[in-house]
Amino acid sequence: MINKYVLFRSARSTIIHIFLMSVAVTCLFPIFWMVRCAFMTNQTIFVDQSLIPHHLDFNNFVKAWTQGSFGIYFLNSVIYTACVVTGIVIIASLAAFSFSRLNFPGKNIIFYLFVAAMMIPLPGSFVALFVLMTKLHLVNTRLGYILCMINVGLSMSILILKTFFDKMPHELEDAARIDGCTKLGIWWNMALPFARPAIAVIVIFNSLNVWNEYILATLLLEDSKLMPLQRGLIIFQGAHSTDYPVLMAGLTMAAVPIIVIYLFMQKYIVKGLSGEVVG
Amino acid sequence: MKLKSNGALALKNNFQNFLFVLPAFAIFCIFYIYPFYKMINLSFYDWRGIGPMHFIGLSNYQELMHDHLWWNSIWHAGYITLIALTFQNALAFFLAMACDREIRLKRFYRVVFFIPPVLSEVVVGLIWNWILNPETQNGQYIGLLNHLLYASGFPQMVHDWLADPATALSTIAIVNSWKGFGWGFIIMLAGLQTIDKQLYEAAKIDGAGTWKTFTNVTVPMMLPVILVVMILTILGCMQVFVLILAMVNEGLVNYTDVPVTRIFSAMQNTNQFGYACAEAVIFGMILVCISFITKKLSDKVKHA
Repeated sequence: MINKYVLFRSARSTIIHIFLMSVAVTCLFPIFWMVRCAFMTNQTIFVDQSLIPHHLDFNNFVKAWTQGSFGIYFLNSVIYTACVVTGIVIIASLAAFSFSRLNFPGKNIIFYLFVAAMMIPLPGSFVALFVLMTKLHLVNTRLGYILCMINVGLSMSILILKTFFDKMPHELEDAARIDGCTKLGIWWNMALPFARPAIAVIVIFNSLNVWNEYILATLLLEDSKLMPLQRGLIIFQGAHSTDYPVLMAGLTMAAVPIIVIYLFMQKYIVKGLSGEVVG
Repeated sequence: MKLKSNGALALKNNFQNFLFVLPAFAIFCIFYIYPFYKMINLSFYDWRGIGPMHFIGLSNYQELMHDHLWWNSIWHAGYITLIALTFQNALAFFLAMACDREIRLKRFYRVVFFIPPVLSEVVVGLIWNWILNPETQNGQYIGLLNHLLYASGFPQMVHDWLADPATALSTIAIVNSWKGFGWGFIIMLAGLQTIDKQLYEAAKIDGAGTWKTFTNVTVPMMLPVILVVMILTILGCMQVFVLILAMVNEGLVNYTDVPVTRIFSAMQNTNQFGYACAEAVIFGMILVCISFITKKLSDKVKHA
């Protein structure tokens, strides 16, 4: 009887592991295949179908970086991600601090506007956005793209930070105020350090979002010197559609940084998604 | 005299407090509110992007009603969404169930299942485009999938997955699910972990088996979370665009185009800005309706 039960349990656990493992392999294998193909040459890639190629060729990365101008694209992506995320953290935390701790007439109306903006999907507003950016002469400028991307992440970040600031103990703030701290000082010295977990969530989600963004980058940036990686990949694929090893090297360069950041910060992704910070 | 200075102080104070919100509010007004208004406004005009604007009332919308390509594109997005709602979310749910227990490698699974979602649609699209490559070189299939099918003895299944109208959309839907199931998995796993373990104990004491416990404890407790995942899936998948752009070559867009593709091409290829805006307005309204209905449904479930 006991033997049967143990057998049943171990059989069930084996089946569960087979199920989980097969999905995990399905997740990882295409990424492995991309990296593998990035190390092959234009000759071997069509012939050699072994898992690990016999000869690893690093030239594709050099070629992608220089001839494919992925060096420029990569740098642009870094610039955009850094600027947008910094901008969002500063602007959103200032606003969230005011919504949570300070008072002024019309505060609630403005706050609910931000909340409503999060609820209403605007899939095609990029048409009107493009018209506006043309009028403002911000098409094909770094500043224009950065401002648009800050706007994309703003509402969610304000909401997360406000919920967090609401939990900040009032005593801290009162003590600081008695010591003669200005509002700006309280924001910088107390609120920002206090909200570090929430800021981590905002940083990781917005970094993913900016690094991976494509539509606005296509509409707003025409000069290839200003384009981020995602746009560069599509352009490269259009121009050299058969140079697979170099394309795979480019894809690897676009994918690996974000995977590494994710591995270091994945605790915050789980937190953010499970609503621990928001709820 | 004192009162007046108090008033001035309060005014200064209020203004200072508003200054904290000002940068966010300014960006919001310029890059969200104004395009929102402009989108609705432009949808009543015939406009090529430059030159004169002609007010044409509801003509764009009338034309849209008879535009087969447009309604086809909505059906395509709906099909992709349907696959995601059923296949992808069921997979995510069962994976979450499997991980919601003391099991070895739990952390590993949790990390790995979220790797596809952090990749961009461009990267995912181009990787799969390469794996699904239909071409041959020296008698060998260069795409991995066709090579494996051929090598493992299923040469009749070798196929140009993305060029055949019969399989293109399903292939995209499956890749889309591959990219997306990690979201649902993480959210549902977090939801499962909030279920009070005492409920399971109580069910056990009442003599409920695995299936009974599943239908009477797990599913009812998880319904609100499942509905949240459903809303996110619908809104995300209906707006899929870049993935398709990266996977499919220009030639067969008619079989695989989605609403955002239509809006994009009305604007970029034919310069019909007014028509593109009308499409965007209708599409936005459809999405708002869907999320509103699902929201009402989830409120009902919560109160029941």
